Amino acid sequence: MTRTNGSVRVLFFAMWMTGSALIAQNLAPEIEFDSVANPLQLPPGLYLGEVGGVASDSRGDLFVYTRTGHPTISIGTSRPFAHGGSRLFEFDRNGKFIGEIGKNSYGFMVASQVRVDRDDNIWVVDEMTDMVIEFDPHGRVAMLLGRKAENVSVPARPARGGDGAGQPTDLFDRPTDVAWDSAGNIFVADGLGNCRVAKFDKNGKFVASWGKRGKAEGEFASVRGIAVDADGNVYVADGGNRRIQVFDNDGNFKTAFNNIGNAQAICMTNRPDQVLYVSNSNPSDDIDQDGEIYKMGLDGTILGKFGRAGKLLKEFGTVNAIDCRGRNTLYVGEIGNLRVQKLILH
Amino acid sequence: MIRRIIVLSVTLAMAAAAPSFGQREATIKDVPEIPFSAVSNLKLPQGEYLGEAIGVATNSKGHIFVYHRSAQTRLFEFDRAGNFVKEIGSGYYGFEFAHSVRVDKDDNIWTVDEGTNMITKFSPDGKVLMVLGSRPPAVLGAQPFPAGPNQPAKKYIFCRPTDVGWDPEGNIFVSDGYCNNRVVKYDKDGRFLAQAGSEKPGKALGEFNLPHGLQVDDQGNAWVADRGNNRYQILDNDLKPFREITNLGTAWTVCISQGLHRYVFFSNSNPNGNMPGTWDTTGEIYKAELDGTVVGKFGQAGKLAPEFQVVHMIDCRNPNELVVGEIESWRVQKLIFQPPSVKPVTITKGKAQ
Repeated sequence: MTRTNGSVRVLFFAMWMTGSALIAQNLAPEIEFDSVANPLQLPPGLYLGEVGGVASDSRGDLFVYTRTGHPTISIGTSRPFAHGGSRLFEFDRNGKFIGEIGKNSYGFMVASQVRVDRDDNIWVVDEMTDMVIEFDPHGRVAMLLGRKAENVSVPARPARGGDGAGQPTDLFDRPTDVAWDSAGNIFVADGLGNCRVAKFDKNGKFVASWGKRGKAEGEFASVRGIAVDADGNVYVADGGNRRIQVFDNDGNFKTAFNNIGNAQAICMTNRPDQVLYVSNSNPSDDIDQDGEIYKMGLDGTILGKFGRAGKLLKEFGTVNAIDCRGRNTLYVGEIGNLRVQKLILH
Repeated sequence: MIRRIIVLSVTLAMAAAAPSFGQREATIKDVPEIPFSAVSNLKLPQGEYLGEAIGVATNSKGHIFVYHRSAQTRLFEFDRAGNFVKEIGSGYYGFEFAHSVRVDKDDNIWTVDEGTNMITKFSPDGKVLMVLGSRPPAVLGAQPFPAGPNQPAKKYIFCRPTDVGWDPEGNIFVSDGYCNNRVVKYDKDGRFLAQAGSEKPGKALGEFNLPHGLQVDDQGNAWVADRGNNRYQILDNDLKPFREITNLGTAWTVCISQGLHRYVFFSNSNPNGNMPGTWDTTGEIYKAELDGTVVGKFGQAGKLAPEFQVVHMIDCRNPNELVVGEIESWRVQKLIFQPPSVKPVTITKGKAQ
């Protein structure tokens, strides 16, 4: 593990205050790391597609929510219907395949994220069915947020609500992530279409909504990821505005970290001494820019960075998910390289 | 008078229905016929079928890979006797509409899919090792067929790519494709190095109109089947064109053999959508030396083996035992030749550059 000494921290803090983002990025210490070869053993005939999410539970089991194909559109009575396209796989801590959860689920079309809560429930976020699905540790559906549209339009019309208006409803438009505070309140990153954060209580009752598309404080270009710290503060990856915004538990803006590029995947370690991992994910059409992952203090201090965009091990193709339960053993899910990497930070 | 008008409108309708890339009779003359025998011996498991046999390739053990358009696009492996070995990539994200399969010197299997815009490198046991390109996101829904000129070509995004090859250093060459008109070179790790052509179709050397097939020879030159221009272009390792071959009809696919004496094969496939008479003038495959000297031709268009109903791809690892995949007959044929004894004939060479 690389640690930054106090004076360098002060320097970074000063640069952050003065907005010297680029300098801060370049001066961030490199964290040495390795990528474990073949971390997941898929049975013959099973393939990962674009990896939307990867998350571990308290036993170290690993859940991968992946876009295994495009949804199929079938010709219905008067409207075309869309089915399938994503699957949720479970592996043990050694990467051995255990099984599949939610096979043929009505709510699985385009994998966006999977997260595991403190009680080992598995939460899936789907960007095309616009649903957040909670499975209990046995794989049974426990709670559902949002509703899948009944049919699709062929050819596609502009996405419903895709104007980023921040509609304050309990339906979603291309949601991307989910997180919880210590009271069990649920925060949904919603997302690429609606550009807001939705808050539900632990029973799934819709209680608050904040944000819309924009550049000002409390507005988002896109809500890519979300994390909640031990004090209930909400960290929102606003990749399109190249920042993380921090809110209190009720959605009041507190601060922003502007120096970490296209914040797409975000992960917060467990308490105590919580840190953030944030990916400056490269665009899906270019591996010659961006791609590194930052390790940050909750005050925005950059503690280090590692990796770059590319196709080899230790390189990243549009990271969409980070699991940091292991603190220095990360699982990273990639869109571009159709894989999960297991990283050991030194 | 009325009758004449009807005849005229029928003719116009047929002309409108003709494929946008017309077929051309080869202008080369006096090419000797090479005799061959053909077998179709792939043994499919009970209940399995081939669809359009778009891609065929062999590995160093003589195993045959068939990348075909079934109800889903699928990749099957057979041993050299035609016994089914396994399926690779069942349900894989990068498979939607097959276009090519090739096997590299380490027996990795590369698929080119024009329905996902993805090129995938599989290990011999079928694991994904690398992907090039990316699939347009499903979340945006079914997009209308794009109108107007092609979008500007991007370094790492393909537009209905068609084929892949490698030079001796392992650099990757891609022909791309139906809605780009270029050849792209990447290093062995998948980083962009160069391109020839662009999204725009063109006729000049170094420009393409549907680059439909590609192979790289042991000198690192890329041979490109420039289908819409009815020619083959040969590019050096930096993608500078230095030769074209214009007298072999329409350039559907190209194959370069292995071994000490290498040959190149060119297919003037009969088109999809035949007019009366097309079968008489197209459908043959040419065999040539790497200097362009054509040594012979074989095969003809037709539905019944050993005829060809639109050859899409040739594997020629062993130049005396070709594997040929056909579009419209959903068939793979193995063509067996006696070692050649015909006298070479010199062809008209294209413009040197």
